[in-house]
Amino acid sequence: MPRREIRITGYGGQGIILTGYIFGKAAAIFDDRYSTMTQSFGPEARGSACASALVVDEEVIAYPYLRQTDVLIALSREGYEKYIDELNQDGGILIYDQDMVEPQELKGTIKMYGVPAARLAEELGKRIVQNIVVVGFATAATQLVAKDAARKAVESSVPEALIDLNLQAFEKGYEYFDN
Amino acid sequence: MARADPGHVLTGSHYLDGDHACTEGALSAGCNFIAGYPITPSTEVVERFARRIPTVGGTFIQMEDEIASITAILGAAWGGAKVMTVTSGPGFSLMMENIGLGAMLETPCVIVNVQRGGPSTGLPTMVGQADIMQARWGSHGDYEIIALAPQSPQEAYTLTIEAFNLAEKYRTPVMVMLDECIGHMTEKVVIPEADSIELTERRKTDKPPGEYLPFAVGEDMIPDMAHAGEGHRYHITSLTHDEQGYPVMSAEVQDKLVRRLCDKIRNNTDEIVMLEEDGLDDADVVVLSYGITSRVARAAVDDAREKGLKVGRLRLLTVWPFPERYIRELAERVKAFVVPEINYGQLVLEVERCAAGRAQTILLPHMGGDVHDPAVILQAIEEAAS
Repeated sequence: MPRREIRITGYGGQGIILTGYIFGKAAAIFDDRYSTMTQSFGPEARGSACASALVVDEEVIAYPYLRQTDVLIALSREGYEKYIDELNQDGGILIYDQDMVEPQELKGTIKMYGVPAARLAEELGKRIVQNIVVVGFATAATQLVAKDAARKAVESSVPEALIDLNLQAFEKGYEYFDN
Repeated sequence: MARADPGHVLTGSHYLDGDHACTEGALSAGCNFIAGYPITPSTEVVERFARRIPTVGGTFIQMEDEIASITAILGAAWGGAKVMTVTSGPGFSLMMENIGLGAMLETPCVIVNVQRGGPSTGLPTMVGQADIMQARWGSHGDYEIIALAPQSPQEAYTLTIEAFNLAEKYRTPVMVMLDECIGHMTEKVVIPEADSIELTERRKTDKPPGEYLPFAVGEDMIPDMAHAGEGHRYHITSLTHDEQGYPVMSAEVQDKLVRRLCDKIRNNTDEIVMLEEDGLDDADVVVLSYGITSRVARAAVDDAREKGLKVGRLRLLTVWPFPERYIRELAERVKAFVVPEINYGQLVLEVERCAAGRAQTILLPHMGGDVHDPAVILQAIEEAAS
């Protein structure tokens, strides 16, 4: 698979950075590819705008920043509006939380996949795993990393006591796409 | 060569940012004392050290400021510890006086500067490469320094180990000139088995107390150390000093000391310098860069080559001492050096000095906050080649 560029955006507290970290770790540690995660470090805090960026490639990554976004994962309306114009109109993929973001009619051949991630997380009793539902859903929708690699990355990135809950959230998101 | 202690080394493949990788490099190198004062974008280095060091054995002290931090690590080194401090621009400025003390007392220590935009407090959360000349010239008086510039979290790990080894070998402060981009960038970092990590041990005297002269040297111009409390007579001073370590106010002793402090590094430049070259054999244009900028430059050079331009890459892993002889020789063969830096022109002055008119030197400045647009570097390559 050639170089792919991913932007993940939402607000502080949604686990935006962790989502980028998990995809990056899945690719670099468990999928035998290269990945670089960068993040905007502003005066971000819980509730304010937040973004992480990820490059995944088969080859060593020289330029570590995004030039044209292939996948945009938007968990807030503000993030969606800020970054939607960067998304490649020729085959780009938009993943969004359908309770948070109402996408406009998009140009070109952008594919859109909505998931009620926060609601699915609440069904598991913990809204905090919203981002892991998205990781599962986006893994199925984008084939960015192998499912097994993504699962291992989730497992090794969350507190031990919460591994089962997070893996359930991952599966819930993954299955939501399959259905 | 000694080997790393398995208890300190987190062997395996990790997904780490450059700051955390730097911490692991320090731990692998056997660093057991850090004194520091938190400052963005370097704080993650000491946060991780503070978390890890109780399991390994050692000390982290959060000091009242950066002046105290650099002073504490110098004292700890003389007490026998392997030491480091970590900061960013404003803190680096505060450390300058006692970086000179470290050079004067020939104290093995590592100073990490995760560079952000300046001057003054500038851009706390955003990148700069504008402390490169300060690293070399920031303290008063004549001395030489060693400074390394990693381009990835993996190199933040390996070059931090190298910094400790160079500090021990040459008995000098060594700087790891990280930048905000590398510090906050997350990539795979492979940490090898402890027994494959070579460490340079401290140069300790084998002379008995009574015969030992703290600043007496042989041919390599580097004195052997005795730690405080080990039984050797012990006197160190920031004043100009003789072989006994006592102050002597004379032009003669000054001449001998200053020459030695500089020449022990200058004369070993070829041995110290690490650089990476690519496609220089038939290059008309060379893009010279370091740190994060070298990754942006690489994207531009790849694009230029696709257009059929004869362009090569030269990356400095060692920024100081500057590879003078190497650049002088390269200037005989190429038409131009293109030098992108996230500052208003610093290391380019060294390139220009060494090229001495034999090759054109083109500065591509960027004031900080983010990296160069690769298209700007590509355009400069095209103009230089035509």
